[in-house]
Order: sequence, then C-alpha cells, then structure tokens
Amino acid sequence: MNNHSGAQIVRASIGRQRYGLVDALLVLAAVLTFFFAEGYLALAAVVVTMAIFALSLDLAQGYGGVESLGHAAFFGVGAYSAALYALHVSSEPISGLVVAAVVAGVVGLLSGFAVLRTQGLTQLMLTLAVATLLLELANVAKGITNGDDGLTGFGISPVLGYFDFDIFGRTAFVYACVVLVLVYALLKKLVNASIGLTAQGIRENPVRMRMLGVPVERRLWVLYTISAALAGVAGALSAQINRIVGLDTLAFTLSANVVVMLALGGTGRLYGAFFGAIIFVVLSDRAAALDPTNWLAVLGVVLILIVRFAPEGVAGWVARLGAKGDAR
Amino acid sequence: MTNVLSTFLTLLVDGVSYGMMLFLISVGLTITLGVMRVVNLTHSAFAMIGGFITLWLTSHAGLHYFAALPLGVAATMAISLVLERTLYQWVYKSDPLGQLLMTIGMTFVITAIVKNIAGPQIQSISLPAALAGQLVIGTTNISVYRLFVLGLSVAVAGGLWLCLEYTTFGARLRAAVDNPRMARCVGINVPLVFSVTFAIGCGLAALGGAVGTQMLPLEPYYGLKYLVLVLIVVAVGGVGSLKGSLYSALLLGVIDTMGRYYIPALGGFIIYLAVLAILLMRPRGLVARVG
Repeated sequence: MNNHSGAQIVRASIGRQRYGLVDALLVLAAVLTFFFAEGYLALAAVVVTMAIFALSLDLAQGYGGVESLGHAAFFGVGAYSAALYALHVSSEPISGLVVAAVVAGVVGLLSGFAVLRTQGLTQLMLTLAVATLLLELANVAKGITNGDDGLTGFGISPVLGYFDFDIFGRTAFVYACVVLVLVYALLKKLVNASIGLTAQGIRENPVRMRMLGVPVERRLWVLYTISAALAGVAGALSAQINRIVGLDTLAFTLSANVVVMLALGGTGRLYGAFFGAIIFVVLSDRAAALDPTNWLAVLGVVLILIVRFAPEGVAGWVARLGAKGDAR
Repeated sequence: MTNVLSTFLTLLVDGVSYGMMLFLISVGLTITLGVMRVVNLTHSAFAMIGGFITLWLTSHAGLHYFAALPLGVAATMAISLVLERTLYQWVYKSDPLGQLLMTIGMTFVITAIVKNIAGPQIQSISLPAALAGQLVIGTTNISVYRLFVLGLSVAVAGGLWLCLEYTTFGARLRAAVDNPRMARCVGINVPLVFSVTFAIGCGLAALGGAVGTQMLPLEPYYGLKYLVLVLIVVAVGGVGSLKGSLYSALLLGVIDTMGRYYIPALGGFIIYLAVLAILLMRPRGLVARVG
C-alpha cells in the first residue's frame, strides 16, 4: 500500500457517496463567508437554516413525490419545541435539536397517515390544512406559545460547553454549517440507499413499484417522517440562533417560500436546495431593504419565467452545463 | 329561551350569508381545478381585483354601489380572459407544481400592483343607505346587508344552475367536462368553452369579493390571505363539483360563524378541525366526482 493507492481509496469512497465539484464549491463558499464576510454572518446563518429546510422538502417532494404546501408545519413545530425545551428543561442546544427533530418527526408520522393516503391536489390541501391547523392551535394556546407576541426570553448555553453564541454570529454560523453538513451527508446516504432509490421509483410509477414488491405506503411514510424531522431541525436552529419563535414559523408564507426556493434551485438533486436558499434569502434581504412591494413583483415575474423557461431550476441548468462539458 | 333562539337565528343568517359569499368566490376555482385541471392559486386575487375596481368606481368615479358592482365584475372578467388567453396557456400542459408556482407568481405580481395603486391599508366599500341597518323580526335582529348578500348569491347560484341545465352553453360545458375528447369530436370548441367558463368563474369571484368586503375586507394581501380559505372550500366540497362547493361553503360558513360565537376560546381553530375531519373521512371531498 503506497500513498497513491491511499488517495485512490479516498477518491473511490467519495465517489461512492457521489460527492462532486458542486459540493466542494459550496464548502469553499461557506469558508470564504466565514473569513471575509463577517458583517453578513447573521444573514449567512439564515441561508444555512433555510438550506436545511429546503433539503428536507426536497427529500419529500423531489424524491418521494409528495407535494406539500404546508412544510412550515414541521419547521414551526421544531422551532416551538426547541424554544420550549430551552425555556423549561435545559438550555443545552444539541439536545434541543434532537428533541425538536423527534417532536417534528412524530408530527410528520401522524400527519403522514392522513396526507400520504391522498395524491395531487387533495394532498396539497391536506398538508395546507395540517399547517394551518397547527398555526391556529399555536394562536389559541396563548398560555404556552405566547400567541402573536412570540416566544422569547430563553437562553441557549454554549455549544459543547465551549462555543458561546457571540454577537457577530460566528458560533451561530459555524454551528448551523456543521448541522447542515451532517444533514446533507445523511440525505446523500439516504437517497443513494435502497429507500431513496425506491422512493424515486415510487415517484415515477407507484403501480409498478408495488408490483415489484415494494411496500409503497411504508416507504413513503418513513421518508415523510424523516423529512419532517429534518424540517424540525431547521426550525430548532432558527429558534436557537434568533432567540425568538413567532407564529410566522408556521405560516403559509413560509411554506410557500420554501417551495419557491426549491423550485428556484431545482428539485430532486439535493444541491438545488443550496442554490435556492442562497438566491432567495440573499435577494429577498437586499430587495426588502430597498423596496419590499416591488420585490414581490420581481419574485412573481421570476417565478413565471422559471416555470416557462427553466422548469428544472438553477441546479438543472448547472447539470446541463456539466453534461455539455463532459461531452466535449 | 326566545333570546337563545333569536341569537341562533341571527347567527344562522350570518353563517349562511358568509357561506354563500364563500361559494361565490370559490365556485370558479372548482371548475378550473377539477375541469381544466389547473392549480390556480391566482383565483382569490381575482376576487380582490373585483373588490378594488368596485371600490374605485364608487369612491373615485362616484358611481352608485349597484351600478359599480356589475361594472367591477365585467372589468374583472375582461382581465381574467386576457390572462387566460396569454399566461395560462403556458401552464396548461405543465405539471401541477409548475402551475402552482406560476400562479402564485402571478398572485405576487397582482399583490404588488394593487399595493402600489391602492396603498397597503385595509379598506372596505361603504354600503348604500338601502343596505345599512337592521331588520327586526320579533326579537331577532338581522342585518339587511347580510340578507342582501344571501339573496344575491342564492339568485346567482340559481341562475348558474339554470344556465348549466337548460342552455346550449351549459350542455356544451357539461359535455366538455365529462369527456373533452368526445366533445371536440362532435364539434364543440372546447378551449373556447373553457375560456368563457374561466371568465365567468372569475366574474363570480369578483362579485363575491365586491359584496363581501364587510366580511373579508380588501387589502393588497387579500389574494394570499384568503387563498387558504378558498382552497379549503373547494377541497372539502370535492374538486370539480359545483354542488359540493355549495355544500362545503355553507357548512364551513355556518361552522365558522357559530364556532366563533359559542366557543370563542378556540376562535378560527374550529373550521380547520372540521376540514381535517371531513377530509379524513372523505378524502375526495363531500361530493366526489366519478372518474
């Protein structure tokens, strides 16, 4: 065994997980942001949180073919559970993430029972109804959630006991990035494992997959639960970093935003979620500072043009460029 | 005892008139969704356009309420027809997700335009003297405006039913709904029938939006705010079924009004609980279309 073959082994193992140039560029972008864009770290943390959220939706929508207009339900549940956990049990952040993931996963498991029995429009409506139901529930249970005012006043102790959340958002950004890398690695593993592959099969042709002996409902249910848990992690991150959880974490606007992000980035590719989150969050931050009304108009026009001319989003466009490069 | 009964009657009229207004706004959507198979998230924005045009006609052009109402509806129909002939053509063949994104994009654009023109504040159309005030029957107080909304929407729903059952256009539409290919074969211009139906649906939404401003006040975010409500009415009723929309709008209107009064602690929660229960029991809606 010489050095050369060691490098080959590493390369092969990376290749087996199907990591590529895009992933390397994204890591580079994160590192550069940390060292050279200190003033924007808070915004970058939002991008990372939204990327996790969009990734979770990509798992359900892009791979499982489950259409959702209510994914904010899980984001909000995760955010509220993390905040309540910090407030009443412990301010330790990592266990907070786990608790949020579990609670959101359970909500996904239960709502999946209703949502996954249906398809198409009814499915969209059911996801929407679940999210709205939770929103109204949070609004009604003012004693627990503080209603419109939002849940505040909880502290988060340093990550691993060392890294305190600083005012510049350095810890928050790195913490979010680490969580993102873990989530991404998990999803990468998942979508290339048998469950991810059968999910794609179910998305393309459920009848055929059933005939091949795949337990269609159970596979989708597992996938939907994982997706919900990951959305809960994103919500918990947002709660821990911003120290406030409001009703907007459950709102239709957030559900619609994440669908838009994924469409901008491109579905069924995982890294589309990164592009979408970066483009959407950065643009909306800049545009909202300049002119919130016309930003909405611009977003609308962009959406119409995307559907018309680039239905696969930015990721599809990048993939096409890559394919052209390979052919040359 | 009579007091309890009269409160109940007042609530019933309120609930039914609210439900009928919901029916007006959502009946067009059940056709676009169920028949033309377009996920049209712009539909509630047409109700807003109708409301704002009527508002502008009464406040700036100085027209009487009853004159402005049909003009507002006609103008909305014209706008919807133009959009249907242009932008919607792009997504007829697209998948539901593409349609969803495109139409929500259109709603964003309309919202921004309305906000620029009319301002961000909440507005409602001031009622003419004929509709203000209360009607007192025994111990029961019923607002004249609610009765007007109720009467108007019952008349419209009745007219719609007559038109569908007894006119040639209605027969053509029913044929196009049941079997578009066969309808085309016997010489019915199916796209034209759908275009006209789309415009009528948007006109009804505009009417609902314009007469309903006391219940759902106008604002630029109207199209997004009440979208969920409209979609729920359609989903509960059963996509593509006019009768189902009527039932579900009435049911939800009454449940919402009664629930808010009798169990105020739960507020707007009850309607969504009802929706979840109904959809769990009947995933395809109250009146599921065959095929």
